[in-house]
Amino acid sequence: MNITEKILARASDCERLAPDDVKFVNVDKVMIHDVSGPGVIKVFDKLKKQGINVDKLWDPSKVWVAEDHFVPSAELISAENIVKLSNFTKNYGIDKHFKYGMGQYGICHTISHEEAMVLPGEVYVGGDSHTNTTGALGSFACGLGHTDIAYVLLNGKIWFKVPETILFKLNGKLPEHVMAKDFILKIIGDIGTDGGAYKTMQFEGTGIDEMSVEERLTLTNMTTEAGAKTGIIEPDQKIVDYLAARGAKDFSLVKGDHDAEFAKIFEYEASELEPIVAKPYSPENICVVREAPSVSLDKAYIGSCTGAKLEDLKAVAKILKGKKVKIRTEVLPAAISIYKKALEQGFIKIFLDAGATVGPPTCGACCGAHMGVLAQGEICISTTNRNFPGRMGHVESQTYLASPLVTAASAITGKITDPRDLN
Amino acid sequence: MVIKYERDNIDTDVILPGTYLKIHDYDELATHAMEGIDPEFHSKVKEGDFIVAGKNFGCGSSREHAPIALSHSGVKAVLALSFARIFYRNSVDGAFLLPIEIDEDTYKNIENGDELEIIIEKNEITNLTKNQTYRIKPFSEIISKIILAGGLFKFKP
Repeated sequence: MNITEKILARASDCERLAPDDVKFVNVDKVMIHDVSGPGVIKVFDKLKKQGINVDKLWDPSKVWVAEDHFVPSAELISAENIVKLSNFTKNYGIDKHFKYGMGQYGICHTISHEEAMVLPGEVYVGGDSHTNTTGALGSFACGLGHTDIAYVLLNGKIWFKVPETILFKLNGKLPEHVMAKDFILKIIGDIGTDGGAYKTMQFEGTGIDEMSVEERLTLTNMTTEAGAKTGIIEPDQKIVDYLAARGAKDFSLVKGDHDAEFAKIFEYEASELEPIVAKPYSPENICVVREAPSVSLDKAYIGSCTGAKLEDLKAVAKILKGKKVKIRTEVLPAAISIYKKALEQGFIKIFLDAGATVGPPTCGACCGAHMGVLAQGEICISTTNRNFPGRMGHVESQTYLASPLVTAASAITGKITDPRDLN
Repeated sequence: MVIKYERDNIDTDVILPGTYLKIHDYDELATHAMEGIDPEFHSKVKEGDFIVAGKNFGCGSSREHAPIALSHSGVKAVLALSFARIFYRNSVDGAFLLPIEIDEDTYKNIENGDELEIIIEKNEITNLTKNQTYRIKPFSEIISKIILAGGLFKFKP
């Protein structure tokens, strides 16, 4: 069995599982946030009316809560949702609630690894599609809707069809100017936005071994854009050290068997990869940066679970140091812990000196929610994950998805720019 | 009646734009359904209508708002070449609407405004306007059982 099959077999008390088997799987961790939380509350209200008991959760200690999409509240509905969420966690005895304005908080997928909320080998479900991100720690991490999350909160399990696994091998270390974002955009360009649909996308190879934990998280994060059920990487010593530094111990590493089977295997040579952008209006609509259209950009956005981790900010700082931005540039670190480290390491000063604005952790404009959404006709280059019509604001705005290095280089020139071409 | 969108990858950002994610009133969500692709949708959709679309319908975000907004607009089923996984299971587990997979020929034959009758037990669609019958891809065993039960919470594993 491969790692996905082994985790799901363990969690469904089966000796063996194969693709297409359907099982109710015991869940180890669950996450809700300020969008899926109120959605779940609504489902609970419906269930109550149907006479279903929703007085107690299956295990509040396995649930954690993020405030990320609509914080800081820009209007009353968002503010009321945060109050609803606080009442919910209080009433149901959930301790792990990362609140805006109260120390550590941030984007749910970032908190999942920054706070070691999820461990290798676990089955983790979250009320958000980018839950896949956390598979970089070696867990089965999968996004679900409100009804399914409500079911897990009450029953501790959920049905899954065991997915086939597609393996992506990266041979060799990525060149200095190429980031994990470029690699995953290249993959999505190759297989399309449904190329991983219903499947696990697993990554391995010397290029992955060499890659930092945060860069690996970028890969698994955007498996969602290929339609995958999850993205996963077998855990190694880097994962153990990363989690130990965040206080997690007592976990075992699940890895695939030597005779593990894969539906398909793709191989990439790291030395051949180049900086990539995904043009509007799909993450699969890629081209190499040096062949990108010569559009005048209005804005550079550095944020989200995909592109505002510490190493993303470090990459941006490397480019912006001593330079000035030519277009509106916003930097929103993905969590307070990252914000603090960026401050300590001097990145925040570099951003401010360059003329960028630094905002609080939030999903913000990545999902067109608030904090810098795009007007009609505006063109943005962004470290985020989606560029469907209207994703970051007006349906006739445009988003180019790129790595932090490319986004920062483009902020300086106002055009889509390969970092190698900066003077 | 059919409302047809001849395009692939109709994502949840256009089915229900992100700015409305804070809303959890189902009827209010319905007023914003398909706003990102068809601002007229809310004024033309009627109870019992069907949406017909290309492949990978509902890709993108996990927002259950998307099937909720369609369902509370009156849409009973979406007929598409294929579906993104979260939209598919949200539609079924929440008992909001039927996600029905059709083949290329059926997709080409069904036109905007056609009247359809869907008989799930027979895996069959009758096009009353054109007097044609199409096969639909049967649901998997678990999906059939959850649909018949009326959603995940009514399903007994």
